[in-house]
Amino acid sequence: MAFIQSFGAALPPRIVTNQELAEMVGKTPEWIRNVSGIEERRWAHDGASVIDLAADAALNALARAGRKASEIGILLVSSGTWERQFPGPAAQVAARLGLEEVPALDIPVASAGGLFALVTGSELTRSYGPALVVASELMSRVARRALGESGTSVLFGDGAGACVLDPERGVARVVGHRLASDGTFAGDLALGFEQPLSMNGRSVILQASRKIPRVIRQVLERWSLRPADMAAFLMHQANQNLIDRIADALEVDRGLFFSNIRHYGNTSSASLLIAASEWADQGGFEKGQRVCMAAFGAGFHWGAALLEGC
Amino acid sequence: MDKQARIRSIIRQVSKKQVEVAPDESLFDSGLLDSFALPDVVSAIEREFGVSIPDTDLNPRKFDSIERIEAYLETR
Repeated sequence: MAFIQSFGAALPPRIVTNQELAEMVGKTPEWIRNVSGIEERRWAHDGASVIDLAADAALNALARAGRKASEIGILLVSSGTWERQFPGPAAQVAARLGLEEVPALDIPVASAGGLFALVTGSELTRSYGPALVVASELMSRVARRALGESGTSVLFGDGAGACVLDPERGVARVVGHRLASDGTFAGDLALGFEQPLSMNGRSVILQASRKIPRVIRQVLERWSLRPADMAAFLMHQANQNLIDRIADALEVDRGLFFSNIRHYGNTSSASLLIAASEWADQGGFEKGQRVCMAAFGAGFHWGAALLEGC
Repeated sequence: MDKQARIRSIIRQVSKKQVEVAPDESLFDSGLLDSFALPDVVSAIEREFGVSIPDTDLNPRKFDSIERIEAYLETR
């Protein structure tokens, strides 16, 4: 069993509006909003790194948990936009936080990475003690490789999210989860080193529209729960139209799905934890209330987790 | 009603458009369907023809035209 103690986030200060981006990509601001629900996103400055954002989000989550980095027993870092094949960013994030001889695990599975890291961390707290989960992305670097050539470049933004997990106490319990992967369509959403993003949008939407509601139902049914029993849904913020579609498929009010995509765009693996952090700021967990997390991304990798307020 | 007519009926219901397309014309390139309508088309095909389409068969190209959808259904 594991407990969530806090969420945290870090976002670059520079806001890039649809108006600014539309001129760069040859679209209208309204077109961007209609196809995605996005109105603005954050872009980090050229000298920023995945490590910088990750460390800021981690410190934010630690402060909210009232914990010192030295209390952390294991670090998990998700990033799909890290610039080097190896080592991944986890060891450097650990060093930045002053963690010594603490295992630092990279989870490079793109958009589902925040959820995969949180679930993996929740299982490892029993062996390693408090876990720090971070997801950090510089998606603007990817988007800018194909500005004007691809409609997908308007979707992405930069940011990082984090979560502190503890084996014994917290504001919510991780009740259950289910993660899944299927490489059949791996080429339909892929990013090579220094390459533009390759995305078959129809395939991604088709697969996500089927897999996300199904995995949510699978997790809830295991605990004899229905989607309508949830107080909130926290999703990977990929596209507002997709989030609405998932709500409709589960036959729950769209308002139960927390959304901040209009402000930050799709920040890949970071988006789930950034959304959770903002949702927590607006009230967060109440005792006995159930919350469902879900994510889907390249691979394809997807999953869901059931949380219950303590 | 033959298979193509049933598929055409599904496309009309999902798209909410009465536009006619040739059997080999792309449902997407013609503007009749967008990416978010495709999952609804697949679900409607499952209901109409009593088939369960596995995720591994969900290649959008298989559902790009009335002829392609018909050809896919012939394999089921």
